[in-house]
Parts: sequence; C-alpha cells; structure tokens
Amino acid sequence: MTDQTLSLPLTERPAAIRPSTSYWSGVRRRLARDPVTMICAAILLVILAAVIFAPLLFPLDPYKTSMIRRLKPPGTPGFLLGTDELGRDMLARLIHGGRLSLFMGFAPVLVATCIGATLGIIAGYAGGAVNMGIMRIMDVFYAFPSVLLAVAISGALGPGIINGLFALTLVFIPPITRVAESVTTQIRAQDFVDAARATGASATRIVTGHVLSNVAGPILVYAAGLISVSIIIASGLSFLGLGVSPPTPEWGLMLSAMRQAIYVAPVNAVLPGAMIFIVSICFNMMSDGVRSAMDVRA
Amino acid sequence: MTEAIRQPDIGGPAQPMLIVRDLQRHFVIRGQTRRRKDVVRAVDGVTFEVAKGETLGVVGESGCGKSTTARLLMHLTPPDRGEIILDGEKVGDPRGVSVRDLRRSVQMVFQDSFASLNPRLTICDSVAFGLRVNGQPATTARLNADAMLRMVGLTPETFSDRYPHELSGGQRQRVNIARALAMSPRVLILDEAVSALDKSVEAQVLNLLLELKERLTLTYLFISHDLAVVRYVSDRVVVMYLGKIVEVGPVGAIYDRPHHPYTRALLASRLSMNPKQRISAPPLTGDPPNPIDPPSGCRFRTRCPIAEAVCALAEPRLARVDAAHDVACHACDAGSGHTLARLTGMEGA
Repeated sequence: MTDQTLSLPLTERPAAIRPSTSYWSGVRRRLARDPVTMICAAILLVILAAVIFAPLLFPLDPYKTSMIRRLKPPGTPGFLLGTDELGRDMLARLIHGGRLSLFMGFAPVLVATCIGATLGIIAGYAGGAVNMGIMRIMDVFYAFPSVLLAVAISGALGPGIINGLFALTLVFIPPITRVAESVTTQIRAQDFVDAARATGASATRIVTGHVLSNVAGPILVYAAGLISVSIIIASGLSFLGLGVSPPTPEWGLMLSAMRQAIYVAPVNAVLPGAMIFIVSICFNMMSDGVRSAMDVRA
Repeated sequence: MTEAIRQPDIGGPAQPMLIVRDLQRHFVIRGQTRRRKDVVRAVDGVTFEVAKGETLGVVGESGCGKSTTARLLMHLTPPDRGEIILDGEKVGDPRGVSVRDLRRSVQMVFQDSFASLNPRLTICDSVAFGLRVNGQPATTARLNADAMLRMVGLTPETFSDRYPHELSGGQRQRVNIARALAMSPRVLILDEAVSALDKSVEAQVLNLLLELKERLTLTYLFISHDLAVVRYVSDRVVVMYLGKIVEVGPVGAIYDRPHHPYTRALLASRLSMNPKQRISAPPLTGDPPNPIDPPSGCRFRTRCPIAEAVCALAEPRLARVDAAHDVACHACDAGSGHTLARLTGMEGA
C-alpha cells in the first residue's frame, strides 16, 4: 500500500462490481416463494379493490329496502348474494360495509403505530426512568383485556364512529409501544449503537440513522397483525351497538342485525361474519409470512 | 485523510497521551432480597498512563474489568469517579476537553465484528456515518469512507456497497477498523478486536494494525485475553484482576520476570509449543471471587499460593519493583510485613 491511498480521491465513486443483495431484496425474494402469503395478499387485494372501486363503477344502493324481497337466498336475479332482513341488497351492503370495516381496521392501527412506535423507541433508547415511566403507564392499559377496554372506552364516550376509532386507537397503543420498546432495547445493546455514540452523534441522529431501520420491520409486522384484531373489535363494538349505528352498513352491525334471521336464511346471516373471518385470517397469515421472511438472517 | 483533519499534538512527546487516575465504576444490581442493593465493583480505582505512540496491552481473565475500563475511557459508560486526562487536558473539565472531543480523539474497535456493524447499512454508509455526523456532506463522506476502506485493504469497488452479512469476519473487522480510523483518532482502543478471528486472519489483521499505527502515528490500548498476541504487539502491559491493576510494566519485564503471583499463574497457563511439555496441574484453581463481595485486603488472596495473614488485612498498593515495573502485592512490598517481602524485594533489586 502506498501513501496515495491516504489522499482524497476526488473522482466519482466507482460502481460496485456485482450489485449487492440488500436485506429487503432478500425479504422480497423469500416472500415471493411463499405461496400462502402470496394467496392471502391476493385475496386482500381483491377485497380492497372491490370495496374501493365497485361503488364507483356499479350502481349499488345499500339502503333501498323492500318488504316483498326480504331474506331472498343468494343467487336471486338482481341480488347476487340475496337480501337482508329489510330486503336490502346484501352484495351492496357488504361492499359498502367493507369500506367502513376496513377503515375501522386500518385507521386505528395506523395512528396507534405512529404514537406507540414513537413512545416505545423513546422508552427503549432512553432506558432508565423514562422507560419506567412510559412502560408502567402502558402496563395500566395492558392490564385490561383489549375488547373489554374498547367496550369500556366507547361505552363511556357513547356510540359513534369517531368514538369507536378513538377507543380502538387507545387500545392498540400499549401493545405496539411494548413491541417497539423491546426491539429498541435489543438494538440499543448492539455494539454498532455504541460505535455510533463514539462518533459523537446525538441520540436523535442515532435513532434516525441506526435504530429506526432496524426496528421498523418488526413493529410494522406486528401492527399488520393487529389490523385483523381491529376489524374484529370494531365489528364487535357495532354488534353491541357502540360503534356504527344503523342503517349504516358495517360488517359487525350487519352480523348483529341478521342474527335473528339465522334459522330462516342461514347463508345470508353468515355472510358478514364470513367476510370478517376471511379478511382477518388473511391479514394474520400475511403478517406471519412477512415475519418469517424477515427472520431469516443472511 | 489530509493533514488538516489530523488532530494536533498538544502536549509534546513527553506528555502522556492518556492519564487515567483512580477510575471507578460500580454497577448497582438488584440483590437477592428486596431491600439489599448489590454493587458489582467492575472497575475499582484504576490508575495508569499511556505514552504517545506506545501500545499498552491489558490482560486478565473474563470479568476482570478490561472491557468496562475501555468503555469508561470513551465515556460510553460514565465513570462514577476518577479522571481521564487526554494529552494534558482533563476530560469533562470546563478548561479541558469535552466528552465529544474525547470520543473523536479516542476510537474503539469492538470484539464482535457482526454486532458492531448495522446490518441495514452498506459498509460505506457505516464508515461514512461518523464523518457525516461531524459535518461532512454526504458525497464527501462517502468518498472519504471509500478511502478509509482502501486503507484497511478492502477495495471500495468490491466492498463499498456490500452489507455486513456478505463479508467474512476478518473483512468485517477491517471495516470496523476503517470506521474507527475515519474519525482520525489519536488513540485506538482494541477491545478483543482480533480474538474472534481465526488464527491466520488474526495475524493479517494484527499486521494491518501495526502498519496503520506506524503510518498514522497512533497510540493503541490493546485489550485481550490472548497472552501471546499481547506480547507480540505491546510495549507495556497492564495485568488486571477483579477490577484492579495487579501489575504493570514493560512487556519484557512482565513476561520474563513476573512478580505478582496472579501474573505468574496467568503466564504459567499458556500452552507450550513443545507437545511433550504438557500442563498437568492447573496453575490456579477455582473461579475468581464474586465481584459483588470481593475478599478483604488483597483480592487475589483466596487463590494465592503465598497468601498470609497480612493479605486479608490490608489492600496492597502498587509498589515499584523495577524500572517502570509496579506490582500490587504485599510479598513485593518491603514494608508490608509479608514474610517473603524482603526476599522478593532483594530479587528485584
């Protein structure tokens, strides 16, 4: 080696001889090879697309009632999935209801992830008294079963979509904080964080430059798993009359209204429940798949 | 690196690079009972000096406080007590240097080459991080990082955009060295930096370190449990036992005329190159005592072959036995009252 290497080469950086395989490209490759995850993702995509675009493309009226056409079985001309107890088109109601149900699934988890991840990363990185303070407050919320907590909060606030969303968000903050805190604590103990501290970098700089990229994956996977829980709890709230109020279509509410008709038209009554089931199981399987694709090292 | 970035020699060649006085760190851990708080005396009053341009080896068995000392020197773990003087300037003192400046002047290479690199960053970005933190724009930092990689023997064309998991242990450790040197430090702490590598790679990395030391006029603090490697690289050696320094001296004196019974036992535990010369009896028996509750007086007395009543009463001081060779043992300290004291003292003279 000569002293030449010490001077700064002010030329352009040479390109790599062989493109390197990044962590995320490896994850993508493993995901593509996992049929279960891919099928679940496809089902979710179809449902999402239908829920978003179908009302824009086809005339679907989820509110039009008809006393003559009550509880028609699926396959009735004009009513692909039959009608409900007031003669409303099931397909239209499922699609419109899906908008609300999926929104109630995503929105609280999204907000809770932003708040929970921030709190968890702060607690995990700062450690000591800060960690103690944040995590003990979370433990108080954690002590209640999540469904009970959601019911209690929205019961106290009264029925309505906004109150339901608020209750759900509050329910999801503690578990996300906990996951964020535990992964951050693990990363914090790694030598590369000490090496970064040794350069004189500030805590904010280290968190954005080194911690965030390492904790984002696990937190997002965990949050994706919560979407199904959120849909179920939201449906549960509506079922109890606390979330959405009739006649607005929502899967949980529809299930609640149709349960009286379960002996007359079992297939119609089960449809909203089946939608909740399919969507939540797909979310669960998908987040499991992403988790295992991310677990593999090197 | 250009000369402009290099930090100037302030105190002149005679001023020690680092003076560490009475450095102490106790870790409070939750005790067995609820009320009691146990204290692990990881580093308990350590005092030493590192001269400019020398390599100070630090040896001792696991848990003796070698790594904690290193972390204290960089303020990665704040010390409870004691002072660190970097080239004549006290660290943390309003008139001295700040902790931030200390961290720039003193850099560290860790043992675990994989854990010390962010798995999500390319090699180049890892090396460039410190430069960017210290104000270099992204492109300049990356170019400088490439230059550092070339200096440690990794061609940037091949390695810059690689991720840590694509590299071998030796290559990763070279990256860690590049990252530390990118900050243009004056002191490099090598905390078991070559211990996890296999022998042939270890030799390559050691030679690289020695070459870089010459070229960049660095001062090394070389922490290792490998006595042979320490002998090969060090100018002076510090022997630690349970958070205290038991012996310090020039490498030749420590290895050829060890005074402290612990140093002797440590050296006797080395394997011989001659297969016929086997070690049958262990030079020391038992585990080191619990650092939560160390023995009174001399901490080594529970395993020491020449321990006497005085060893349980008073803690031995670091006494000079030879030129620049200090030993903390009553048997080497003439006024201590140990029956062997006079004898050993004469031997030293």
